[in-house]
Amino acid sequence: MKEQGTIATHTISVVVDNEAGVLARVIGLFSGRGYNIESLTVAAVDRNDKRSRITVVTSGTRMVIEQIKAQLDRLVPVQKVADLTIEGPHVSRDLALVKVSGEGDKRVEALRLADAFRARVVDSTRTSFVFELTGSASKLDAFVDLMRDLGLVEVARTGAVALSRGEGGL
Amino acid sequence: MTASMATTRKKAAAATKLSGAQMILKALTDLGVEVVFGYPGGAVLPIYDELFKQDKIRHILVRHEQAATHAAEGYARSTGKPGVVLVTSGPGATNAVTGLTDAMLDSIPMICLTGQVARHLIGNDAFQEADTVGITRPCTKHNYLVKDAADIPNVFHEAFYVATNGRPGPVVIDLPKDVQIEQAEYEVTGRGEHRTYRPQLEGEEEAIREAVAAMATAKRPILYTGGGIINSGPEASDLLTELAHMTGFPVTSTLMGLGAFAASEKQFLGMLGMHGTWEANHAMHDCDVMVNLGARFDDRVTGRVDAFSPGSKKIHVDIDLSSINKNVAVDIPIVGDAAHVIRRMIDIWKEEGFSNHQPSLDDWWSQIEGWRSRECLKYQDQADVIMPQKALERLEALTKDKDPIISTEVGQHQMWAAQFLGFEKPNRWLTSGGLGTMGYGLPAAMGAQIAFPDRLCIDVAGEASIQMNIQELGTLKQYNLPVKVFIMNNEYMGMVRQWQDLSYEGRRSESYSASLPDFVALAEAYGMKGLKVEKAEDLDAVITEMIETDGPVIVDCRVAKLENCFPMVPAGAAHNEMLLPGDGVSKPTDAEALAVV
Ligand SMILES: Cc1ncc(C[n+]2csc(CCOP(=O)(O)OP(=O)(O)O)c2C)c(N)n1
Ligand SMILES: [Mg+2]
Repeated sequence: MKEQGTIATHTISVVVDNEAGVLARVIGLFSGRGYNIESLTVAAVDRNDKRSRITVVTSGTRMVIEQIKAQLDRLVPVQKVADLTIEGPHVSRDLALVKVSGEGDKRVEALRLADAFRARVVDSTRTSFVFELTGSASKLDAFVDLMRDLGLVEVARTGAVALSRGEGGL
Repeated sequence: MTASMATTRKKAAAATKLSGAQMILKALTDLGVEVVFGYPGGAVLPIYDELFKQDKIRHILVRHEQAATHAAEGYARSTGKPGVVLVTSGPGATNAVTGLTDAMLDSIPMICLTGQVARHLIGNDAFQEADTVGITRPCTKHNYLVKDAADIPNVFHEAFYVATNGRPGPVVIDLPKDVQIEQAEYEVTGRGEHRTYRPQLEGEEEAIREAVAAMATAKRPILYTGGGIINSGPEASDLLTELAHMTGFPVTSTLMGLGAFAASEKQFLGMLGMHGTWEANHAMHDCDVMVNLGARFDDRVTGRVDAFSPGSKKIHVDIDLSSINKNVAVDIPIVGDAAHVIRRMIDIWKEEGFSNHQPSLDDWWSQIEGWRSRECLKYQDQADVIMPQKALERLEALTKDKDPIISTEVGQHQMWAAQFLGFEKPNRWLTSGGLGTMGYGLPAAMGAQIAFPDRLCIDVAGEASIQMNIQELGTLKQYNLPVKVFIMNNEYMGMVRQWQDLSYEGRRSESYSASLPDFVALAEAYGMKGLKVEKAEDLDAVITEMIETDGPVIVDCRVAKLENCFPMVPAGAAHNEMLLPGDGVSKPTDAEALAVV
């Protein structure tokens, strides 16, 4: 529906049956209906009970977000859908691997910043590092930005995984 | 357990092993399937071989897989049971895609079994391989690729559960050829449901109470009913009738909902939407409380959304949460099955004694009578040519007492059929609403006729649409299905021509039906009766002959070529900006309006 409303970003957690094609169904839903995907992560979380959890970060007007949730809920293998953004506080984490190459001062500076960001060095050569960093998406963005001047080569990121705070669960 | 016990067990198990194909037949039989519409091919030969060896399930051999899907839809919609289709891999499956999409949009329960290449060949571009689960993912409610013969019993039970529960829809089961041959034990674990899928049937009590309270104080209420009532079953139609009588509310219906409330009822305002009646659309626009029961605010119904019924409080009952607030924001959403929710509404209304202090609806009804007096379906009859509306009026008059099942193709004739044929009961009206599939009507009528061999089944067709599945005349003949194909032949893709005349300054680009076959000769070529009628005075005789003929008949009914279908809510207009016959053509339409239709 054409709706003039503010566009907001939402983190949606989806518990699905862990079966062939379920991810394709979710992605097909987003592309087929023209919804945004800012990030999407998926992994099995309960192998006995054959459950996976998909975390989608998406954006849209209030009505579009409601539609996304309802459409997800309609998929047969979807068990539960939760909008973490509106259902109370949640924690969200992204993991990045950041490769930086350089020598001399730049190398030292990169290492110093990595330390400040609590990034771990997971690979190193005399001229390069791969840093592993977890945190909120914005923290990762900030770190990657700082590395640009210090010999950034490439970045791989997982996209957000998120859970609600407190004792309750899906 | 002793060793000997273990061996007897093992032996018993070995004795009950079946091939995948045998399991498929057993599962279908166990699930109560009586008929399968299909077409053979290499990847389903093991299943066809098992079909050959049994006599519980009847196979209807169509002439094109698309027709199998529409026949299954016709069967499903006329009986309320799921329709079953069997096709081969590759082209068999791709030919079924239109019917799957049609069933998806109109919420028709269907099971489509597709053959697939052997497991080790999947992904190799093997002969007649298509990624069927990939292709059908967006046009099915759910689909399966069976990778292990032992899964067949559960997958089939689950598939039937999914297709028929909640909002019904099509389910594909893709069956690799080697899985059809593999031996396994037939065992259904669980209760034949889905492991996790559980649609909500009962509406939320609070919301229903709020809705009924709003209805009880409405001064200008309307019941806007849709295909959800039909899908809920005949009981929902009875309950709707009770609700309407109890409240005195006017009732309008979508194309898909026709028959849920009897057309002859005084409270019925006719169909709403693009070609809906003047009174239904005006009442929708001006109402203060709108009760949507099993309809989905389709764009053909709402017209311009921002001008859709601007002053009303909207109640929406739908089994599918995603239908709610999709096109139109509503005030009271109720997720649930139509019959369950309406029953609760009736009980609450009675409990609260709302009939006793309900505001008078007299003013509202007199306003409605005013709209009715415009007689929006009136047409200029002509002496020298059969008016399409006239043909349908006669068809209705001469078949009414036979309680016919009517299917249609897509176009003007479809809209006229919806306007002029009064449906008194559910499951008598088979039409492609959501997808608007030309070529739907003939196979759909076939499917209904298979389910009801003794009923009068008529496909109201257009001369263009009928050619899209004309090959099914062969199927009619083979099974001697007495379907009557009533072609309203205007020599145009009339609906396209109408739009071109109204919105494209009469440039009739490619909308003339040139090189038409001689339909009478064509009927005869297939070994059935063909009739042609060109004069109004012969209409009754020809229709009577059509009805009285045993076996299939084609009628080539020559109608006025350039008649337009009114009322019409034009491109980008609001409900209360309908065009009536006298309103002339070529209304200016802006680019945005042309783009949304
Ligand atoms: C498969 C398919 N292709 C194209 C269309 C677009 N379309 C809608 S109505 C129509 C013309 C139908 O002509 P006819 O069957 O003669 O019916 P009439 O409108 O003349 O009654 C066309 C081409 C469609 N609905 N379905
Ligand atoms: Mg025509």
